[in-house]
Amino acid sequence: MLISILLMGALGIAFGLGLGWAAVRFRVEADPVIERIDALLPQTQCGQCGFPGCRPYAEAIAQDKADINQCPPGGEAGIRALADLLGREPKPLNPENGEESAKTVVLIDETRCIGCTLCIQACPVDAIVGAAKLMHTVIKSECTGCNLCLPPCPVDCIDIVAAETGPPHWQRPKPQTAPVAVSLQ
Amino acid sequence: MTASRQGGPAGAEGQQTGHFHGGLRLRHHKKISCAAAVERPPLPELLVVPLLQQAGDMAEPLVRRGDTVLKGQPIGRCQRGAAVHAPASGSVEALEDRPMSHPSGQPGPCVIIRPDGREQWCRLEPLSDWQNASPDSLIGQMQDCGLAGLGGAVFPTHAKMRDGRERKTHTLILNGVECEPWISCDEMLMREQPGKIILGARILRRALGAERVVIAVEDQMETALKALSDCAEFSESHNISLVKVPAIYPEGGERQLIQVLTGLEVPAGGRPSDLGLVCQNVATAAAVAEAITAGKPLIERYITVTGNGIAHPRNFLALFGTPVAHLVECCGGYRGDVARLVVGGPMMGFSLDTDAAPVVKASNCLLALTRDEVAEPQAEMPCIRCGECARVCPATLLPQQLHLQARSGLWKQAQEYGLTACIECGCCDLVCPSHIPLVDWFRYGKGELRKLARENAASELARRRFEDREARLQRLQQERAEKMTRRKQMLKDKTMQQDRIRASIQRAGHKGAGKPGGQIDIRADGTSDDT
Repeated sequence: MLISILLMGALGIAFGLGLGWAAVRFRVEADPVIERIDALLPQTQCGQCGFPGCRPYAEAIAQDKADINQCPPGGEAGIRALADLLGREPKPLNPENGEESAKTVVLIDETRCIGCTLCIQACPVDAIVGAAKLMHTVIKSECTGCNLCLPPCPVDCIDIVAAETGPPHWQRPKPQTAPVAVSLQ
Repeated sequence: MTASRQGGPAGAEGQQTGHFHGGLRLRHHKKISCAAAVERPPLPELLVVPLLQQAGDMAEPLVRRGDTVLKGQPIGRCQRGAAVHAPASGSVEALEDRPMSHPSGQPGPCVIIRPDGREQWCRLEPLSDWQNASPDSLIGQMQDCGLAGLGGAVFPTHAKMRDGRERKTHTLILNGVECEPWISCDEMLMREQPGKIILGARILRRALGAERVVIAVEDQMETALKALSDCAEFSESHNISLVKVPAIYPEGGERQLIQVLTGLEVPAGGRPSDLGLVCQNVATAAAVAEAITAGKPLIERYITVTGNGIAHPRNFLALFGTPVAHLVECCGGYRGDVARLVVGGPMMGFSLDTDAAPVVKASNCLLALTRDEVAEPQAEMPCIRCGECARVCPATLLPQQLHLQARSGLWKQAQEYGLTACIECGCCDLVCPSHIPLVDWFRYGKGELRKLARENAASELARRRFEDREARLQRLQQERAEKMTRRKQMLKDKTMQQDRIRASIQRAGHKGAGKPGGQIDIRADGTSDDT
């Protein structure tokens, strides 16, 4: 009787120490749920969700401080992916946050740019290059289309243009035909 | 029957050792375009040279409106892809968007050249001593000459060769299996230029560091096979073998051909170089020979103009930029009620909206179909799960399953089911009793998957840039805060302040020594005042 109690006690202490050690040794730094939510967000960093960037929004979702339907660039597909991940019901995009639209990029009209650097400071992904009193330009391939550079521009020289869909980026359209019902007599 | 000599290791004689799954035996329709010898058509009035002629990026133009160009002069440069060259000497009439023989049917930037008829070449720089040239210089010359795979996929040759070289290729396969019906340009090339093909094969082999070359030819191309085995270059070369393969569509596909020749399967998502193989079209080999021994850039190709809608079907050696209407005219014009113009074969080709579209690197065939050949679009019926599509699929996929996934937008699942391995050969389309446009769905789906991959890469990049920026801003803020605290600390520290003031007074005293009024009164609180 005593032996078995001691044995079980010793085993319990041994495993407890093992688990305690493992908890320290294999500690997971960040909350993996946040990482996984962040991976599903489009990373436009546009702030339309009401948070200053995609990661803060991911953190808010994980802490249940924000809903999953606040990301217009992610659109319906993004909401569905988030719902799948979190085991919730998908819901339509919250119109307060904006509407889903085709991807755009911005273009600086270089003749009108006065080189004030305000757009450079506003760009969340450093996609605008230039220096004070020198012309600025957008690195098109890095622009996420967040449009955060538009409001600070004092001379309104930034235009929204459609992302390229010409032949190198061209994509085959969805087949239009739909199956017809077979009528049997 | 193989005509091999000086064979390599056993089983590698070039003997056909395998077969691929599925496929179809199709009617060839090749003879009608093989009767006439290949000729160059007369120069057209205008050459319309698209700047996008390859898989990948668009070239940047190097010429401007009004420039005079010489034949073979580079007119478009591409960082990663193949260059574009002027097909004839003349003047640049314009740089504008024109129809450009692209599946999208969209117009794109083209260089429009008005030939002056003098056909004056620019200075060519051949690597005549190619036997002793370094493989890198050979591959560099291929890039400068704008070589791209002429089988139809137009993958830049230099990129394929570099990859093959890095991965220790042992065998070069020359693809002379032109399995799509109607097309006969490779067959005519093999009949008329066998020496050039063999020479190109030897150059490619040297550039790759490979040991052997296997030239695969369809069993029904007797004349081409004979021309190759009879030519002097072939009998002089070692370790080059000719293999006859049965004509089953789509045997000309790189993966299918490798499976037939070696019995090995190129892994999905992998490349032939994973197996130590590199596959090039015979026409590419001939172009390599021209590029290395004569320094001539790729400005023309063999093209079949055929179909029941063409008066006298035949093959041409046409300059890039030649409008297809000009070629049709040289064939005696259209015949009958032409309903559709197809670039490429009937299985994998795409329709042209206009016959003003030019010949490009990818154009192997122009097919004019008459009204009664173009099948009426039949009503699509629901899938009955007969499994015919899976039976004929050369990539051993499950087209019916992929079709349902594509329709429902289940891209992740479709990818797991191997959608990207689809070669778009059209076999499943042809056998489907419900007339479902399966390949259209797969092309669309592959585009969606590419788009998803692009978007993922872009969002990954944006995330990194955002995080880097956040880190930078934080660092700057921290540095500023530290500076502030240091300053405040300094102001607080009375004794230190006194020391500093004394030191500065001393400095000032040295400078102002002997000058009247150079006295400085120091107050108790540490501030100083000039009197």
